[in-house]
Amino acid sequence: MEPTTKTETLDIEGMTCASCASFVEKSLTRTPGVQRAMVNFATEKATIDYLPTQATPATLKQAVVNAGYGVTERAPDTSAADRQAEIDQQKALAYVKLKRRFWVATVLAIVIMPLSMLMLWPAMMARVNMQWLNYGLLVLTIPVLLYSGREFFTSAWNGFKHRAANMDTLIAVGTGAAFLYSLAATVVPGWFMRRGIMPEVYYDTTATIIALILLGKVLELRAKTQTSAAIKALMGLQAKTARVVRPDGQEVDVPIEQVQLNDLIVVRPGEKVATDGLIEEGRSAVDEAMLTGESLPVEKKTGDPVFGATLNKTGSFRFRVTKVGADTMLSQIVKLVEDSQGSRAPIQRLADKVSAIFVPTVVVIAILTFVLWFDLAPVEARLPLALVNFVAVLIIACPCALGLATPTAIMVSTGKGAEHGVLIRNAEALEKAHQVNTVLLDKTGTITRGEPAVTDFVPAEGQDAAQLLQVVAAVERQSEHPLAEAVVRYADTQQAPIIAATGFQAIEGKGAQASVNGQAVLIGNFRLLDEAGISLSSAVRRQADELLGQAKTVLYVAMNQQAVGLIGVADTVRETSAAAIKRLQGMGIEVVMMTGDNPQTAAQVAGQVGIKRYFAEVLPADKAGKVKELQAEGRIVAMVGDGINDAPALAQADIGLAMGGGTDVAMEAAGITLMRSDLQGVVTAIELSRQTIRTIKQNLFFAFIYNTLGIPIAAGLLYPFFGLLLSPMLAAGAMALSSVSVLTNSLRLRSFSPAKN
Amino acid sequence: MDTTEIIVTLTGLALSAFVIWYFFFSARQTASAVSTASGVQEVDITVKGGYSPDVIEVERGKPVQLSFYRDEENSCSEELLMPDFSIRRDLPAFKTTLVELLPQQAGTFTFTCGMGMLRGSLVVK
Ligand SMILES: [Cu+2]
Repeated sequence: MEPTTKTETLDIEGMTCASCASFVEKSLTRTPGVQRAMVNFATEKATIDYLPTQATPATLKQAVVNAGYGVTERAPDTSAADRQAEIDQQKALAYVKLKRRFWVATVLAIVIMPLSMLMLWPAMMARVNMQWLNYGLLVLTIPVLLYSGREFFTSAWNGFKHRAANMDTLIAVGTGAAFLYSLAATVVPGWFMRRGIMPEVYYDTTATIIALILLGKVLELRAKTQTSAAIKALMGLQAKTARVVRPDGQEVDVPIEQVQLNDLIVVRPGEKVATDGLIEEGRSAVDEAMLTGESLPVEKKTGDPVFGATLNKTGSFRFRVTKVGADTMLSQIVKLVEDSQGSRAPIQRLADKVSAIFVPTVVVIAILTFVLWFDLAPVEARLPLALVNFVAVLIIACPCALGLATPTAIMVSTGKGAEHGVLIRNAEALEKAHQVNTVLLDKTGTITRGEPAVTDFVPAEGQDAAQLLQVVAAVERQSEHPLAEAVVRYADTQQAPIIAATGFQAIEGKGAQASVNGQAVLIGNFRLLDEAGISLSSAVRRQADELLGQAKTVLYVAMNQQAVGLIGVADTVRETSAAAIKRLQGMGIEVVMMTGDNPQTAAQVAGQVGIKRYFAEVLPADKAGKVKELQAEGRIVAMVGDGINDAPALAQADIGLAMGGGTDVAMEAAGITLMRSDLQGVVTAIELSRQTIRTIKQNLFFAFIYNTLGIPIAAGLLYPFFGLLLSPMLAAGAMALSSVSVLTNSLRLRSFSPAKN
Repeated sequence: MDTTEIIVTLTGLALSAFVIWYFFFSARQTASAVSTASGVQEVDITVKGGYSPDVIEVERGKPVQLSFYRDEENSCSEELLMPDFSIRRDLPAFKTTLVELLPQQAGTFTFTCGMGMLRGSLVVK
């Protein structure tokens, strides 16, 4: 792209069909100065490359308007962050309000409780006027009900109007009933006495339930903010400013929102990389842990990509911006994690079904409890007993814990995954991963690096290795062939001094030639030497055969028409592969390998990493078939791959893991994306999934057991046998505890850390 | 059984029947989306103890824009979940939150609050 071209994105208004889009596109393309215009109907966006010398954003807009459509003025890209900040602020405010309501309820409940207890001492009863005491308690309880507990009543009422019953319905009906009964007993005690009932009041029950439930809510809100902490932390990593190099060479700090595509940005040691781009000048080591979970800094040089929010460690460099705003890697990770947190795990379906019918069912159970107690209990105690059990059933049945069980665990674990470079696409993928019993690895790029590296450097007899390497590197530095790059990388790691080569010439399909220190050097395959009329000594020939036998590619080096050495090149196994595979096997998972290589190479790599079963000579088109083959054996297969040609296999597998940030296509097809290019990520993903599902199961068990046992006890089922009744206050305490314990259990996932070898 | 017991029993049964009918069997509020000139199907939804309307009909394959106005502060409705579209959104109180999606398959998709208590459904035709 010419450096003078600028890119503009416009939001187009009023397009109704694909032909509208092409109409707008035509109109834009005809505008002077526009080099390329692309209109996307689905997103209603136009992307235009134009020459700023001939066109301006205003003329582009005019072109759209001329075509009969409109341009929406875009709010700056910060809107998402601003919105989040606003939501956070509102949440913080709600938390403060909630705490205040909780404290008011608690203080009053602490006063109300002992006053109600006075009745238990006969000596006290004689001295205190019960009538007056009840009025006193009423006055103390009203603020609890109207200030602290008001939300329950408004919410219950709003829900009732919508034919929806929520937990607030239960609390409101329960505390409301206890309060109204007490009110009646306070105002018209004679009515009760005439019917042989002691006019007891339940102000302490009312106040305590509200205080306890608010305590539960305070703890819940506090814990809930922690479940999304990981994603907030990710968003917070974004750099705030960037140092842009102006065309005149001046460096200026600008807010990150103003950075545009193709800007040149300077990054100094210790600074954050502002956005995604390609290095144009300089080299450095960059800490990419925030994106990949890889703790070691990554070496970067000219031409390498850098990503926003990563941390520059040692050197200083300049890079050209290739992505801004929502297109950056960080934004995409955040989006993916957010999406996965909004998805539903299949395990949750039962809980979903239950909670949909739960509250009305509980109300019915509570009413029937009331009726049964009223009918069966001794006449003088039937009304209070019926009431107490009615309230207890309503309060203990609150299904918050059930609703929190799955989503909180998923939020914590997807966030945790992102922290370790494991991006989980949705809750279903997370759930599927724990069932996996077979991992199918595509060899190239997963077990191995997927790029050639020098494995053997063999000087011919009488040659000095160091000197030969210098010469070879001098030639290969000028070549762009991947094998040549491998040789240069090798020379660099050996710290071979850099010398110059002249007259470089690439020979298509064979190799290259150049002259170094006045000597003619040839590097290439056997045909290159053969055609140059250079013969190999028997020793060299034997060494070459040995390398070929190990399934390596052999480069031949000749100087002045004489063979002087061999270089063995092969795709090498990553250091971490064997350990990760061993770990998977230790988890009871069979690891299977597939590769397009010949059986010999396949056997060699498999042996090196401890894999027993492998498929060799698999054509790219047959990869998905191999997955099916394993599935036909009744296995649950996780497929790990990195290339576009892996996409069908990734989609076919029960769960696909795309590796190395992956290509977009592979990411689309994969349930899980591993940002880091090694198999350790597979271990992390499966371990995380197993732990999450275990947590969810525990949560669901807690929630279900608590409701299924709690309701009959509250209804008084144990009374005929053990004389046991559940006090509504105890029910409230237990209910507050249940959701808090479920949340705490989910938050335990935050301590997850993948097993290191 | 004395008269009071009979009255309490009958009232209790009547109340139970009412609760079951009211929450499970009574008619729901249905609304169809309005398509704008640009082909986006727009629906306004008020969130207050529930979603009104709570059954929303849209057409398949056309972008849908749901405007949720949350008319209360109660915590239950603060989150919106549409699991079939991988959407989890905070709904700030007394604000309108836009949710955009593209329904590609016909069917009925539930949306709920964060705890699954408030429910509505998107019917894609
Ligand atoms: Cu609750």
